[in-house]
Amino acid sequence: MTLSSQPADDAEPLAKPIVSLKSVTKRFPGIVANDSISIDFFPGEVHVLLGENGAGKSTLVSMLSGLQQPSEGSIAVDGTEMPIASPQKALSLGIGTVFQHSMLVPSLTLIDNVNLGGSWWKTPDREAIAKRMEETALSIGVEVNPAAITSSLSLGEQQQAEIVRALMRGSRFLILDEATAMLTPKDAEKLGQLMRRLVAQGLAVIFITHKLNEAVAYGDRISVLRLGRKVGALGPDELKSLGPEAATKEIIRLMFGSNGNQAAETTRAAGSARPLVTATDPLLEILALEVDDDSVPVTGIELKIGAGEIVGIAGIDGNGQKQLSEALAGQRPVKNGRIYLDGQPIEDLPIGARRHRGLRYVTDDRLGEGTVGAFPVSINLLLKQIGEAPFWRSGIEQGGAIAENARKQVKDYDIRTPDIETPAGKLSGGNIQKLLLARELTGSARAVIFAKPTYGLDLNNIAASRRRIREAADGGKAVIVLSTELDELIELSDRIAVMSQGRIVGIVENDGDARQKIGEFMSGVAA
Amino acid sequence: MTLLTAAFLTALLAGAITAGIPLLLAGLGEQLSEKTGVLNIGIEGMMLAGAYLGFLVAWKTDSVFLGFVGGAGGGMLVAAIMALLCVRFGLNQIVIGIALTLGAEGATAMLHYFQFAQTYPRLGAISSLPIPLLADIPVLGPALFNRPPIVYIALLLVAVFAYVYRKTYWGIALQAAGDKPAALDSSGVSVLGIRSVAVLLTGALVGLGGGFMAIVGAGIFVPFMTNGNGFIGIVLAMLARGRPLWVLGGAALFGACLSLTTALQVAGVDIPTDVIQMLPFAAVMGVLVMLGRKANLPSALGAAYVRGAR
Ligand SMILES: Nc1ncnc2c1ncn2[C@@H]1O[C@H](COP(=O)(O)OP(=O)(O)OP(=O)(O)O)[C@@H](O)[C@H]1O
Ligand SMILES: [Mg+2]
Repeated sequence: MTLSSQPADDAEPLAKPIVSLKSVTKRFPGIVANDSISIDFFPGEVHVLLGENGAGKSTLVSMLSGLQQPSEGSIAVDGTEMPIASPQKALSLGIGTVFQHSMLVPSLTLIDNVNLGGSWWKTPDREAIAKRMEETALSIGVEVNPAAITSSLSLGEQQQAEIVRALMRGSRFLILDEATAMLTPKDAEKLGQLMRRLVAQGLAVIFITHKLNEAVAYGDRISVLRLGRKVGALGPDELKSLGPEAATKEIIRLMFGSNGNQAAETTRAAGSARPLVTATDPLLEILALEVDDDSVPVTGIELKIGAGEIVGIAGIDGNGQKQLSEALAGQRPVKNGRIYLDGQPIEDLPIGARRHRGLRYVTDDRLGEGTVGAFPVSINLLLKQIGEAPFWRSGIEQGGAIAENARKQVKDYDIRTPDIETPAGKLSGGNIQKLLLARELTGSARAVIFAKPTYGLDLNNIAASRRRIREAADGGKAVIVLSTELDELIELSDRIAVMSQGRIVGIVENDGDARQKIGEFMSGVAA
Repeated sequence: MTLLTAAFLTALLAGAITAGIPLLLAGLGEQLSEKTGVLNIGIEGMMLAGAYLGFLVAWKTDSVFLGFVGGAGGGMLVAAIMALLCVRFGLNQIVIGIALTLGAEGATAMLHYFQFAQTYPRLGAISSLPIPLLADIPVLGPALFNRPPIVYIALLLVAVFAYVYRKTYWGIALQAAGDKPAALDSSGVSVLGIRSVAVLLTGALVGLGGGFMAIVGAGIFVPFMTNGNGFIGIVLAMLARGRPLWVLGGAALFGACLSLTTALQVAGVDIPTDVIQMLPFAAVMGVLVMLGRKANLPSALGAAYVRGAR
């Protein structure tokens, strides 16, 4: 892995910015999401935007892509001030965006999603588009299935398809809002190299990430946002002279201010941090589980998880993890096999009954199935307990109890929201994730399934979330963590199972050479 | 059975088509709106406006063609209000839809009263366009292939829409507008534009259906004459789940039931008409119970689109 930065040295003094933000402010009711931000974006540079959850990165992106208009300030393109009045305008200026949350139409095929925006009177040549799509995907080293219906794909696969689509549109200013959040480290590295190639051709790229190693590896220039303000920037020269390590330190200081130390600690403290737990009687037991699916049917899953044990499930996204976790949670019928929780079969129980038995599922689809965007934060925190005491009595909402619960969880989990009555959909991506964690981890959970529990979180919140997962296990719960991030699994798990094409192809103890063995299982070397 | 004579069957089939064409047009129109995410409850009103204006123009100009243009225009007029209020301004689609239907009922009744007082002038018979050879088939020929051109056009529209939905960029955009408008918007296509056009076209189709009822079906205009046909169109669109051919099937079924009432009376069979008129609704409920569980209506159906809202 090449983690050295390769900035375009001489580009800076000569080149004029493609896009400049001039004291741009964006207000939403109760919050200033962007506060008088000025940034220049140069051709030939990967410009990394960093900042904790809710810092205002996505808001900035939505103004550049024409979805939002600045409350104050202006945007200049090629030196001329002009409002980016609509997404259409943004596209015609060559600004292509991969948004943080999927912008694909679930009911259409990937081909037709590429076709959105074609001249209405024409008939699309679907075969040619499929071919072009496959070629583009190949050029960045990923695989797509153009004919697949979008909703049948995992979020990671959808994200890859969106990147491919943005490239197919021939943008000269490419914005990637957390585009690596769902990718495996290997695919993320491929995307990094692609960004380097694109800027070498003179494109400008905005790259938003929470992974600082990616930021220093692929970025030419870094701007840091905090509470809506730009609090610092590192130019190409500084990045070069500091070197990756010192640069990372400086960034953390900028991002988190005084409490940055904690985050810095946790980034270094990777590795098997907890004493390994050897399974006692299994608390959660999965026997010969089969789940039907058109694209990735899941077969022959055998897993036993004891109290206090964390089992990681590794694998490239789209290898049946979604199907497996949904079947465990009760959102998808089990075709065959058994699931025991505390010795009781639960595979035929509906979602609510499984929750009552103590099974919890933290979905990775935080907007689609995790929350109801229009409901307030307070209700979303109780979404799976609607109608239950003490929050509802005889069907009547108990405002006091609901608010108290919400205030406590908002505080405990550091959910940044203007108010507990704010609709959940208005929170930043990372804060919605915190809301989900808060909801699923409170109460009498026995077994918890986490799907990509830290995706889209900033360093502090990753550390906090992982701590909570560990605490959950230490409190005697059985824990499954599905993740595409190997580091995360190695940090958390006692054992790691590797999934490939709907099967578990191997289970390893998380000891010294787990990484090696998992790699072998994933690539099919060890079978 | 003396019932199953050629004359009876011809009358039955011809009646089914006469009754079914307005339903077909209403269903196709509603389907178009719903595809883009607009739940168009106002089509009953658009249909009535089309019936009134269609009749008025046909009567004044003595031209059936201009009558149909007037019908489509009448529907579009009401649809324009819907597009403005529900698509542009994002007001509640159900409330506005009901208001438009009630408003159109009142307005057409009132205008008709001022225009004609209590008289009901009748239009002349419509000349039909027999299709060579096909028109000579017994029973089927006179009922299906010896009709005014508008009948053929309406039937042709089924194929046109099936083609548009499956094969064109516009079809893709329509579906995207109903399923995930933000995705369409961020691809540079105006969601409000697509929806407005769809609602206006719905008005034209439904208005044409209303015009058909007045000009071809009845030959006169009577206040409230659409009598729930628009609402049946909404039901058809819901059942058809985006497929124009299913709208045709549904319209045929409903049309047949409606015409059976008349045909049986002609044949002198005495079954209360109310019972027969209930048949299509019973059929719908049957279909709903069998197939209705897996409703896959557009996810954004009924919701206004506001860019950047989340
Ligand atoms: N449409 C909106 N309406 C109301 N508030 C909004 C809206 N969009 C963003 N916000 C608020 O603006 C702030 C910044 O959000 P933004 O999504 O830009 O954060 P972010 O930096 O992208 O965070 P994350 O890393 O979690 O994605 C948040 O507090 C969010 O709640
Ligand atoms: Mg964001």
